[in-house]
Amino acid sequence: MTVGLEHFLIVSAVLFVLGLYAMLSRRNAIAVLMGIELILNAANINFIAFTRYGAVNMNGQMSAVFVIVIAAAEAAVALAIVLNIYKNFHSVSVPDVDKLRD
Amino acid sequence: MHQLILLSLIILGLPLVSFLLIIFNQKRLQRNAHLIAVPILAFALVLALYIAYEKLKMPGTLNFSFEWIKFGIVPGIGPLAITSGVMIDNLTAIMLVVVTLISFLVHLFSSEYMKGDIRYARYYAYLGIFTFSMLGIVIGNNLFALYIFWELVGFSSYALISHWYEKPAPQLAAKKAFIVNRVGDVGMWTGLMIVWANFHTFDFKAIFERISAGLPPSFSLLGLSPEATLTAAGILIFCGAIGKSAQFPLHVWLPDAMEGPTPVSALIHAATMVAAGVYLTARIFPILTGDAMLVVACVGGFTSFLAASIALTQNDIKKVLAYSTVSQLGYMIMAMGVGAFSAGFFHLTTHAMFKACLFLGSGSVIHAMHHSLHHLHDHHTDPQDMRNMGGMLKKMPITGWTFIVATLAISGIPLTSGFMSKDEILSGAAAYGTLQGGIARALPIIGFGVALMTAFYMWRQVFMVFFGKPRNEKIYEHVHESPKAMTAPLIMLAVLSLWFWYGANPIDPANGWFMKKWVPTVAQIIPASTAPRFGAAEVSMHTAAVQPRIDEVQAHTCVPENPMTAQVEAHELMPHQEVLEQKTKDVAGMGMLISVFVALTGITLAWFMYLKNTTLADNLARTFRPLYNFSLNKWYIDEFYEYAVVGTFMLIARSCGWFDTHVVDGAVNGVGKVTVAFSYIVGWFDKYVVDGLVNLSAGVTQFFGMMFRSVQTGKVQTYMVWTLACIVILFVVVRFVFAAQ
Repeated sequence: MTVGLEHFLIVSAVLFVLGLYAMLSRRNAIAVLMGIELILNAANINFIAFTRYGAVNMNGQMSAVFVIVIAAAEAAVALAIVLNIYKNFHSVSVPDVDKLRD
Repeated sequence: MHQLILLSLIILGLPLVSFLLIIFNQKRLQRNAHLIAVPILAFALVLALYIAYEKLKMPGTLNFSFEWIKFGIVPGIGPLAITSGVMIDNLTAIMLVVVTLISFLVHLFSSEYMKGDIRYARYYAYLGIFTFSMLGIVIGNNLFALYIFWELVGFSSYALISHWYEKPAPQLAAKKAFIVNRVGDVGMWTGLMIVWANFHTFDFKAIFERISAGLPPSFSLLGLSPEATLTAAGILIFCGAIGKSAQFPLHVWLPDAMEGPTPVSALIHAATMVAAGVYLTARIFPILTGDAMLVVACVGGFTSFLAASIALTQNDIKKVLAYSTVSQLGYMIMAMGVGAFSAGFFHLTTHAMFKACLFLGSGSVIHAMHHSLHHLHDHHTDPQDMRNMGGMLKKMPITGWTFIVATLAISGIPLTSGFMSKDEILSGAAAYGTLQGGIARALPIIGFGVALMTAFYMWRQVFMVFFGKPRNEKIYEHVHESPKAMTAPLIMLAVLSLWFWYGANPIDPANGWFMKKWVPTVAQIIPASTAPRFGAAEVSMHTAAVQPRIDEVQAHTCVPENPMTAQVEAHELMPHQEVLEQKTKDVAGMGMLISVFVALTGITLAWFMYLKNTTLADNLARTFRPLYNFSLNKWYIDEFYEYAVVGTFMLIARSCGWFDTHVVDGAVNGVGKVTVAFSYIVGWFDKYVVDGLVNLSAGVTQFFGMMFRSVQTGKVQTYMVWTLACIVILFVVVRFVFAAQ
């Protein structure tokens, strides 16, 4: 079977959905961050796929590099936030952080 | 206006002046009111005597009328007015003398009898207003004025009976007198209305003229024929006389009226006021149909019997005289009913004299008894009970002998005035009874029977009071004759009870000047179809004999032309009246013998039972206990009235009270309860429906609030889910909206 563009897109979609699911349903804050990473990586796969099968240029790969850097920065910041949350709430469970409800 | 008319108005006004002067100065006159009243009455008496002297010389009637209440032009009738005025005929002239004389003597008597009384001045004032009212009755020339003064006299009687109003008995007696009187007045007023509705006049002369001209077919009461209506009118007006003159069934007030002072009883309830009924009957005599006459005669006859039977057993000196008065009034009314007009009025005059003498005499005795009991500090013995008296003649000779003379008069012993008048009545009743037949045949029997009873109970009284052994020695010791102011009237009245004032011959009153010249029987003017049906043969026989007499009558009644006097036409007597007169003459001799016999029988019986064999009375009473009680308790008529009449009204009053308490108040309470119930419903509505709605809206808001609040979980992941959902929806919408375009 020849691997075409659609296979890459389906994989990235599946990854995206899984990441989304992880993001929305996991109790642990770190797990939520993992979900975010998955989503970002799914987006990356999408970019690379279009570089290989789409227009003849380097845009896709360039974007992927940027995404990786931003993902790393964002992960650092997010972990810093989680650390602060832990300091204040003494728990990393996302449902426990509901002080903004009335 | 004729001089005599003016004088009569002055006489009318004098007692009124006496009343006004005294009533406004009661405090000042508390001991001397008689100094004003007695001279005024004396002056009135002198004027009355002058009027009588002048009038009795002249024939015809003096009349003065004026329009009193003008109604203007009434549609359907024309100019309408009530006229009033003064009329003086022989009847009036004699009544003026009777009233002023008795009133004057009573005024004089009272100055001693009522001395020291708690309300001396008020007493004299009301005597004055009474005299004024009575005089008004006798000089009026129309039924309306008569009715007004009729009521005034009733009021005066009420005021005088209740003179000692701190006691309950006089209060009740006065009320009874007035109310019973008013019952009679209802009939009288109805009769007056029949007259007015058909003739639009109350004037006697005018009424007689209209009726003698013939009854119009429109003269009808509730569809009765004109003749029947005339009978009804006569009987109804007579009802007033039933009330005023104490005839059965309205006689019950007179014995109770004895609660008033004795001079009042003499004036009002013996001589004058009760005579007003007889006077009224005399005035309407011309229009009494045969049927009405029979009713009048039977009422009078029955009353005289009823009262005489009660008087037989009474022990109070005044009650005997009261029932005697009712009985004698029955005689007078019966006389009017049987057509013996002259005899009836004659008896009114003689009765006024001797009855006043008897009452004032009893007053003298009571006065003496009072003094004696006061002396003995006895406040329980009844000074009026004859069983405490006896042998008074020796101690009170003037009182005693005048009383005896008056008793001779009432018993009908010759040489007295009473004999003359009573005898004429009995002859008239015998004549009527024979001619009329039927129930009227009982009338002369009743008449003679009552004469026997009258002689009996009057001499019973005389023997019990003035003769025999005194029944109470202690009281007898302190009794003494009364002062001159009290004995002088007695002497005067006793003298007036003798025969020679009324005719020369003591045993032939019909030819004496009183009955023949002064007050002959007046002609009736009833339609011939309503006249009493005396035997036709007798009528035709006497019509033939009558003709020369008619001419004689007309020759004697030629009147002087005087435009100031309105003369009543001299009618000749109707055929039935002629027949009656002749028959009366026929039976007069026999009647006289029977009446003297009957009177002597009565006196002898009384002498036997009360002087000779004093235990016989008690034995008889014991043997015939039921009859005795029936008489002593006035035939239980008062008890019957209490049960039937008063009871009925109490029942009605109680029913109205029940209605008011249960139905009317029930309705009011019911409305209240309905309002309360309604308010409960409204309350429920307010609580559950209105408040419910309010709560409902609040609940809805709360529900939605809760619902929307659930969005705000504070959880980041929830927000992300929502965001995702909205993005998807947005994507779908945009995709398909753009696809549609």
